[in-house]
Amino acid sequence: MTDLADRQKLSYIAAQAADARLNVELETEGMTLNIGPQHPATHGTLRIIVRLDGEQVVWAEPSAGYMHRGYEKLTEVRTFPQVTTLINRIDWLGSFANEVPFILAAEKLMQVEAPPRAQWIRTILFELSRIANVGLFLGDLGVQLGAITPVFLAFRDREYVLNLIESATGGRFHPNFDRIGGLKDDLPAGWITETKQVMKKLRTFCDEMDDLLFGNEIFQSRLRGIGVIPGDVAKQYGLSGANLRASGVDWDLRRDQKLAMAWDQVDWKVWTHPDGDCYARCWVRLQETREATKIVDQLLDGIPSGPVMAKVPRIIKVPEGEAWVSTENPLGEMGYYVVSKGDLGPFRVKIRSASFNNISIVPWVLRGVYVPDVISILASLYFILGDIDR
Amino acid sequence: MVVALSDAPVAETETPALPGDALREGIVQRLRDVLGDDLLDSLVKPGDDMWVRVRLGAWRAAGMALRDVIGCEYFCFLSAIDWMPSPYGRGEDDPTEPPPERDDTIRQGYAGGETRMQIFARVTNVKEHFGVTIKADLADDEPVADSWISVYAGANWHEREAHEMFGIGFAGHNDLRNMYLPMEFEGHPLRKDFPLLARMVKPWPGIVDVEPLPGDDAADEAADTTDAGSAT
Amino acid sequence: MIYAVDLPYWAQSLLRVLGGTVAVLLPAGTIVYLFLFKMMSFMQSRLGPMEAGPYGSMQLFAEVGKWLQKEDIQPEKADKRIFKMAPLIVLVSTFLLVAVVPFGPDAYFTNFDAGVFYMLAVSSISTLGILIAGWSSANKYSLLGGLRAAGQLIAYELPMVLAVLGVVIQAETMNMQGIVVRQNAGEMFGWDGLGNPYILTQFVGFVIFMISVQAELTQVPFDMPIAESELVSGYMTEYSGFRFLIFFIAEFATAGVFALVASILFLGGWGVPFSWFGWTGIDDIDNWMNVAGPLVMFTKMLVLTFLMMWIRFSYPRFREDQLQRFAWKVLIPVALLNIMATAVLKVAF
Repeated sequence: MTDLADRQKLSYIAAQAADARLNVELETEGMTLNIGPQHPATHGTLRIIVRLDGEQVVWAEPSAGYMHRGYEKLTEVRTFPQVTTLINRIDWLGSFANEVPFILAAEKLMQVEAPPRAQWIRTILFELSRIANVGLFLGDLGVQLGAITPVFLAFRDREYVLNLIESATGGRFHPNFDRIGGLKDDLPAGWITETKQVMKKLRTFCDEMDDLLFGNEIFQSRLRGIGVIPGDVAKQYGLSGANLRASGVDWDLRRDQKLAMAWDQVDWKVWTHPDGDCYARCWVRLQETREATKIVDQLLDGIPSGPVMAKVPRIIKVPEGEAWVSTENPLGEMGYYVVSKGDLGPFRVKIRSASFNNISIVPWVLRGVYVPDVISILASLYFILGDIDR
Repeated sequence: MVVALSDAPVAETETPALPGDALREGIVQRLRDVLGDDLLDSLVKPGDDMWVRVRLGAWRAAGMALRDVIGCEYFCFLSAIDWMPSPYGRGEDDPTEPPPERDDTIRQGYAGGETRMQIFARVTNVKEHFGVTIKADLADDEPVADSWISVYAGANWHEREAHEMFGIGFAGHNDLRNMYLPMEFEGHPLRKDFPLLARMVKPWPGIVDVEPLPGDDAADEAADTTDAGSAT
Repeated sequence: MIYAVDLPYWAQSLLRVLGGTVAVLLPAGTIVYLFLFKMMSFMQSRLGPMEAGPYGSMQLFAEVGKWLQKEDIQPEKADKRIFKMAPLIVLVSTFLLVAVVPFGPDAYFTNFDAGVFYMLAVSSISTLGILIAGWSSANKYSLLGGLRAAGQLIAYELPMVLAVLGVVIQAETMNMQGIVVRQNAGEMFGWDGLGNPYILTQFVGFVIFMISVQAELTQVPFDMPIAESELVSGYMTEYSGFRFLIFFIAEFATAGVFALVASILFLGGWGVPFSWFGWTGIDDIDNWMNVAGPLVMFTKMLVLTFLMMWIRFSYPRFREDQLQRFAWKVLIPVALLNIMATAVLKVAF
């Protein structure tokens, strides 16, 4: 007990010394400001230490880890089906999308492919979680910039999608619906017509956001030309998703990778933007949400009939091997490198989460910007703490 | 193998000489041209993915070759694998009994390996739509690798995390702070000999909560207990 | 006097104090309930407070009670005396401002000849309160908020003054009562059906005045000093309980009082066009106007506050330098042009 108290005291003193060191090293005008970990603007417990000169940032450093749950260690003691309960919670807004790359990796190692109906339903649920995730982003974007009304509209319209996911999978936020070889259950009756109506409502929502936010002059002057990330810098840091496409790089894992999902069966467009500034990133996400509604509509029209679960043994033992699968999650590229030793559970799982790379660019992009722009840039990069910290 | 040119499209399931295969074999060849002997091993899964293993001394050179020669400008991730089987098994030991005998031979995975810990990274070519997983063996007594910061700027955070979780040093990385844990943390959590503290503190509930699935014969019972958690 | 009864001076002062308190708190309460609780909620497709009282009408009293019974927390390193003074300074400026607002032909607190000048001068006192709130809180966020506020409030004083100057030129008087009478007794192009509300002739001035008022109140789109998603609450971060209540009341009371001032300057104040009742000057006005006047003022205040709050709930916020650029490079030149045009037209006609 006293040992722990001593160590706590020592670490407290060390932290104070570190702070003092920082203050001594500062030039006389500098002020060190902590944004977070409790802060309305960061999506969770992210702490960004900025050194200011007046209102300009001289140096910025994100300090992640307030939400580190040790997922990679935890997966080593779970069986393969149990891992999905864990990884659901990495990106908790686009929940179904977290399970998919892992299941695909396990299926690759087992050389099992889910039946077509399961693949199509997986893709539909994947796109629904994208809509739920990015819908919240659009509302939150308003709040970061001071417009307090769009977020309520976003939550209202997101409820429809969450209700859909709940009626199909049983869970609004953590569905835990994907299984190796297919899905847990088939869709309930009437789900398809319901989803079609919801997609119409969501397209209206996207138009509303377009009107309320993107058409507003203040919004544009807050976001245009701020936080420009050139394409090659984005690739070096491993930025993914809308962040990469907004810098002009035409790379979308749904189109450019062969996966056992149904994206290649429908007609859709990849949105890019040449500017690479905050506005571009937000704009690309809005277009992608609209595109996702169109994808869901097409998928709903053509779902093949059949079983939703392939023939897999009841006790799943994945053969020895390594597999890497990554998908275009709402936040970016999320992938799992699964190492299996023929056991009941994985030997090592490396979780490549999108927000980790997206935030690693923050020190580079925040130099020389104003404090309000820090918020704009963070808002446009869009991260979820569970994704950064795992 | 001579492939007859014809107007008819080649069926995908027909032969192993798929276009992707030639692509990946070609990449391995180009890497071998650049790195020579430092490219120790490779594995290509036709149409799917590829792994290469390089000598540790050529880790940075391999990164530069991948970026400049192969065109993999997109940095996906960098991490490490500890190939030692965990002395704690799957964390399901009954604390009242002595730990069972466990097989502790170190068997590495794809593209081989000779040491307990390997560092591995993945980079992607976004123009030609392929990715490469590259591995390197780390010395057992002092795992140190060259930093990839000069090759890919994004490797900064990944190397910090690998250092924190595995205890790997990175030469040339001047800011190797912990990513998630406090600086005073002792030990490297993702190493296999670092136990999962949650299971040390409270034993795995499945030991006492054995519930055989209905309609099972006795032979399946032992294995079924581990499946009980997933069936709910 | 209303009743032609000679009240002793102390009674008059008591009446004035009570009247002033009502004149400040009633608009504040109405604005908070009607616009902040209900209108904002309806715009955001929700209902707002519904529990406390019928349709949530008692919510404001519930909130006041909640704040009053909270612990008085002050930061340890704060400058205690100044920390306590800051909210009072902001509230005092509102009371001083309402002293010069007339509610009827005889229903006024004071009747300065330089009413407009006094009003503009006194409205800047709140800047001091905000600035010292930011400095004395011993909190970097509050400091940033206070500094931003100082720059913003000073920058937007000028357009306000210049916009009001146009009205003064047109009314030929700085007396608030005089401005009201001039508007209601006047005529436009020979037709006196509507009087001569300066909102029509001074429309540019009106717009500039409303924008400046929005900035003076640090309301969105000019709420950088508060900037809720960045600085938590800006200069108000360290205030809780009763002191925060004072800031809160001051914010909405000042909104109401500025709306009253705007309705006097541009909408004809407490009056209806005199031609409707055949009055020709201020002495002709019947006594019942002293009762109807405040009601008319109240209505006009509600209309203007509705505008202010509507913009507050819809727009994102400006960045600090964009805000300053807007004031100095856009509003002030336009206001100056407005004054020039007014002066020229005044002489010409």
